[in-house]
Order: sequence, then C-alpha cells, then structure tokens
Amino acid sequence: MSEQRRTVAIHVPVLTRVEGEGALDLRIEDGQLLELRLRIFEPPRFFEKFLEGHNYTEVPDLVARICGICPVAYQVTAVQALEKLFGVDPGPWARDMRRVFYCGEWIQSHSLHIHLLAAPDFFGCNNAIELARIEPEAVRRGLRIQALGNELMDLFGARSVHPVGLRVGGFHGAPALSQVNAIREKLRAALPEAEALIRWTAGIAVPQDNQLFTSVAMQHRERYAIEDGLIGASDGLSITPETYEAHFAEYQEPYSTALFSTYHQRPYLVGPLARLNLNHDRLPEQLRALLVDTGLSFPSRNMFHSLVARAVEIFHALHEALRLLESYRVQDSPHVPVTPRAGVAYGCTEAPRGLLWQRYEMDDAGRVVAARIVPPTSQNQLRIEEDLRLSLLQFGLDHPDDALQLHCEKVIRNYDPCISCATHFLRLNVERK
Amino acid sequence: MTWRIANPEAGKPRVAVHKFSSCDGCQLAFLNLGEDLLKLAELVDLVHFAEAGPLEPEAEVDLSFVEGSVSAPEDLVRIQRIRQHSRLLVAIGACATSGGVQALRNNANGAEWKAQIYPHPEAIASLQHATPVSHHVKVDFELWGCPVNSRQVLAVVNALLLGVAPRDNADKVCTECKRRGLTCVMVSRGVACMGPVTRAGCGALCPSLGRDCYGCYGPAENANTDALSAQFSSLGLTAEDIVLRFQSINSQTPVFLAAADKAGMER
Repeated sequence: MSEQRRTVAIHVPVLTRVEGEGALDLRIEDGQLLELRLRIFEPPRFFEKFLEGHNYTEVPDLVARICGICPVAYQVTAVQALEKLFGVDPGPWARDMRRVFYCGEWIQSHSLHIHLLAAPDFFGCNNAIELARIEPEAVRRGLRIQALGNELMDLFGARSVHPVGLRVGGFHGAPALSQVNAIREKLRAALPEAEALIRWTAGIAVPQDNQLFTSVAMQHRERYAIEDGLIGASDGLSITPETYEAHFAEYQEPYSTALFSTYHQRPYLVGPLARLNLNHDRLPEQLRALLVDTGLSFPSRNMFHSLVARAVEIFHALHEALRLLESYRVQDSPHVPVTPRAGVAYGCTEAPRGLLWQRYEMDDAGRVVAARIVPPTSQNQLRIEEDLRLSLLQFGLDHPDDALQLHCEKVIRNYDPCISCATHFLRLNVERK
Repeated sequence: MTWRIANPEAGKPRVAVHKFSSCDGCQLAFLNLGEDLLKLAELVDLVHFAEAGPLEPEAEVDLSFVEGSVSAPEDLVRIQRIRQHSRLLVAIGACATSGGVQALRNNANGAEWKAQIYPHPEAIASLQHATPVSHHVKVDFELWGCPVNSRQVLAVVNALLLGVAPRDNADKVCTECKRRGLTCVMVSRGVACMGPVTRAGCGALCPSLGRDCYGCYGPAENANTDALSAQFSSLGLTAEDIVLRFQSINSQTPVFLAAADKAGMER
C-alpha cells in the first residue's frame, strides 16, 4: 500500500499544554482528510444561568471564575458594560489604572503561554522543565516576566487569580505610591528582557504556512486597543459592541452540540496575531523599529507568528504600564457612586486570547435578568478546525502519525485555546462510529 | 497512615495534578510559581500535569492534587481511578472541596437550564449536581480557597516531603485581618463582610482593599452564621440579600446552605 493509500486514525485523547480539557480526532483515508474534530470535554458550567438574580456588585467576582488565567478580562468587560448602562464615568484615573491592570494580565498570560505551553514544541521538548535544560536563560526570563505580570495584577487586585480590586464605579482601593514606585523600577528593568524575548521568539524556526483569514480585533483611534475601542475586522468592519450580534452569530454543527462563532457566516481569527495585524501601526515607534529589525512584517498570514505576536504584546504591555504609572497619584476615592438602572449592558475588551463580548440585561434594582458571554476561544474554534485542515495538507498527510499529531498540536497551541473559558457554556458532543 | 512522600531509595516523590470541572485557576498556584517552579521540579517528579505537559493519568503516584468538581458522568469513574493510583490525595480549591461556583446549579432545575442554553439539551451530558471530591472518594487533605495560593500548596508539599501532617488554618478571616492591623470594614463602615464566618488562608485580601470578604475560602470552623445574618439584617440587608451572601462561591457547604435556607425562610 502506498503512503497515499494508507488509512490513518489519530486520536489524541487529552491535549496537553492547553488550558482546560480538549481532544482531537483525525481520520485520513486514501490520502483524504475525512474527519477532523477539535473535541472539548469539559463539562458545562452554566455561568450565564447562575448569574441571573445576582446583584451587579457581585458580577465582577462571579464572572472572574470563568477563567483562572484571564479573570481581569471578564471583570473589566463586565464593569465597563454595566457602567455604560448606569451612566457612570469612573474617571480618567480609574480608566488608566484598568488599562495597567489589564496589561498585567496580558504579560502574565502571554508569558505563561509562550514558555510553559507553546515553546517546548519548537525545541523538541515535552514541557518547559525539559526546555529549561537546553534553554535555561530563556525559560527563567519567561518565568520572571510572568511573575512581573502577576505582580502588576496583585497591585490592583491583591491577587492575580480572581483578583478582588475591581468594582462598578472604579476600584475598591488604590495602591500606595511606594508600591507603584517599586513596580515602576521592575517594569523599567523588564523592558530589555522583553526585547530579548521578542528577538528569541523571532529567531525560532516556524513553518511557513500562509493562509487567508479574516482578523477581528478591537481598534482605537490612538492606542493599541486593549480595554477600549470599536470592533474592527481586516475587511474594514467597524462596529460598536451593541451591534455585535448583527454581524457575529453562533451556530450548531449538525454532528455535535458545539456552538461555533461565525462572522458573516465565515470563520475568523481573534487574538494576538489578529490584533497585531489590525493595530501594528498603533505600536510605539521604538517597538515598530524593533520589529523591522527582526525582519518580520505585519500583517502576517502565518498563524505561527502568534508566538512572536505575544512577545510583542508583552513588550507593549510593559511599556504601557510604565507610561501610565509614570505620573501616578493616590486618589482620595478610587471609585465614584453608582445608581443602577434597568436596561441592556453591552461590553467588549481584548482578553489575552482575543475579543471577549458580554451582554447583561438588568432590572431596576441592579439584578441580572439575563446574561450572554462570548469568549475568545469559542470564536476561534471554527478557525482552528479550518487551519488544521489547510495546515495538514500543506504539511503533507504522508508524515508518520506522531509527526502529524505534533503538527496538529502546534497548530492548536498557536491559538492558546482556553477550554475553561469556552466551556463555561458549551459542550461538544462526540459520536463515535 | 504515613504522611511521608519522600523515600530516598525510590527516587523523587511522584506527584500528579488532576483537573475536573474548574477554571484552571488552582493549577496556577503551581504555574505561577515563577522560577520556583523549576525548584519544585527538582524536588518532586511531576508525573502527570496535563496543562504543563506531562500526561500519565494512570501512573502510580505518591501524591495527587485534584482541582475541580465532579460534574459529568465520566468524572465518576475517573475520580475512582485517581484514588486507586494515589497514595495520598489532596483536594485543592473551592470546586474540589465544596463543588465551587458551578454548584450553584445544584439549587436549580438543571434540565431547564440546559434547555435554555442549548438548542439540543438532550445531547448535553452533565450530572445534575456539581459535587466535591470528598463525596466520591476518601480525601486525605483539603485546601480551601477560590483560588488556593502558592503558599498553601507549597506548604503541603513541604510538609509531606518532611513526613509531617500538613496543616491549614480553619480559623476566621477576622483573625488575619486583626493580625494585619486592618480597620474592620463592618464595624467602621457598615459593609456586609463575610469575614466572621469565612475560613482564613487568603491573608484578608478583601478587607485590605476596604471591601467585604465574600466567602471564597468557604466556612470557618465554628462559624456563627446566625449572628452574622442578624448583623447583616441590622445593616439593612433584605432576606434576599442575605441569601445571596451565602449562595456564592461555596454555596453547597452545609454551613452556608443552612444559613441561606434560614434567611430564605424569612422572606
């Protein structure tokens, strides 16, 4: 039997180095890719339902629990949506400090992903502990940067997993000037490390796998969008979060119960590469020059550039945090008074893994009547499957099974899928025949 | 039973980290250790830890950490097998010790919820209740908290490396608050704080920011929820508000469930 005629069935029962529990099924017959499924077997957690009846003051603490790695994204999106509905402006200080807080999460989450989840693939290692044996300095640098991201989250939230500092109207407390001064020094010292990280990731040999896809990310007139902006796409879309549902829909595949997100009935990309593709001209001059120096140019159609995109965003997040903390002043009151009102609250921000959209229907006592949350990973799901199909054909189906499996895992990890986020409301049903 | 996991003749102690229904946040107590993560890897052999890479769910281990609540039919089998393969089993975090935030569904009509979220609810396999690990197998030690922190998990690892029983502080958050010299938010500003009935361990983080503790570490030992409910009531909370205070991250612990029921009856 020739290589083209063989039948291959690859089942990866547990995908490692992703957040949450997922699996991959692949079936090749006569050189044709017959089946390819990214399966998710995390049980549903029904967040939207149990938010109902809870007070707006509890929402940031509850939605944080969707994801231990990106709780700030869920919290900031929720409080901003509710403030808009309630007609509350937390003021420039709180807006700036939320951006700093959010930068902490990008730094932490991206560094965790690069070093502990993704990079081992490109050095023939099974995990970061093995990688640390051959690239000790790079891994230690990555863990230090991750720790600094956590420290920045601690500054405003007292802890980095399910932080407790954010509230509708601002923050519960403001860090002391001495704390801010200490972290500013660390941020300054980390910039050269982040530059070295960009050079390191740019130097990692990755497959050349250019694909056509639509990038979707928030865009802001002046800044690289994180917590504020309109929803944009590489085809020119520019909409407010209120009109998201007119362009983006979730549908169910006939073979499963999974909800997949589509943009105008098509798959699309969210996350660091989509953001860099749309917003690279909003990066500071110094960082753009550094990118030119590495020989990479954006927009990029190669998903394997996600690794370096995360490194670029780490540098930018450090730089932004430093800029915004430069003129830090302690506030008399870190929050403004809030009076709830009935209506529908919409919000979105750029979570580390991409666009996060939320909608809350509230009653006049400030209780949740209904909630809908669309996390980045469910938006990327269809794109991951499309990418796997294209990427496997480009890679060649005649490779040995373990090489095919590794390639698939690398492709999936480019998206840094967070299955804990994606399954807060969905479950992919698997039918085996 | 022995608490010792170190055995010089058998090499490094073998440790597994398992995940059930959760947000992955308690595993971050390991992954957020920074450079200490490499030190930990020198002291123990991380045999199974899917998020970090090592994948050997069926390996015999000296110690398993289990995150998450038992929520799906296949979990029932998996938790039994983990118990069989583990000499010591430590449940970490609110999901594993109380069912966690997703156990709020235990009070509701699960079938109705599924129907409201999914076009085809019949295809969704989830158990009616999200339950703690101790409802299914013997648990040697529990670490409470949503999330647990690195200090807590490292204290367990260190105790077991030395062969002593791990300890955890079951006293109230109030005691940590007093040790930090923080002003009581309830006494000084009338904030409805859960600190007087909540287990210590976080270091009184919420009061340090001037806000209410919301009970994410679960009930403390000898928690006087009646007195706290009466205090909440005198602060102006309605019976419904008091129910919500107890029906949050650790809603299914018997102490908080009873307190919520009692407040709810007064509605």
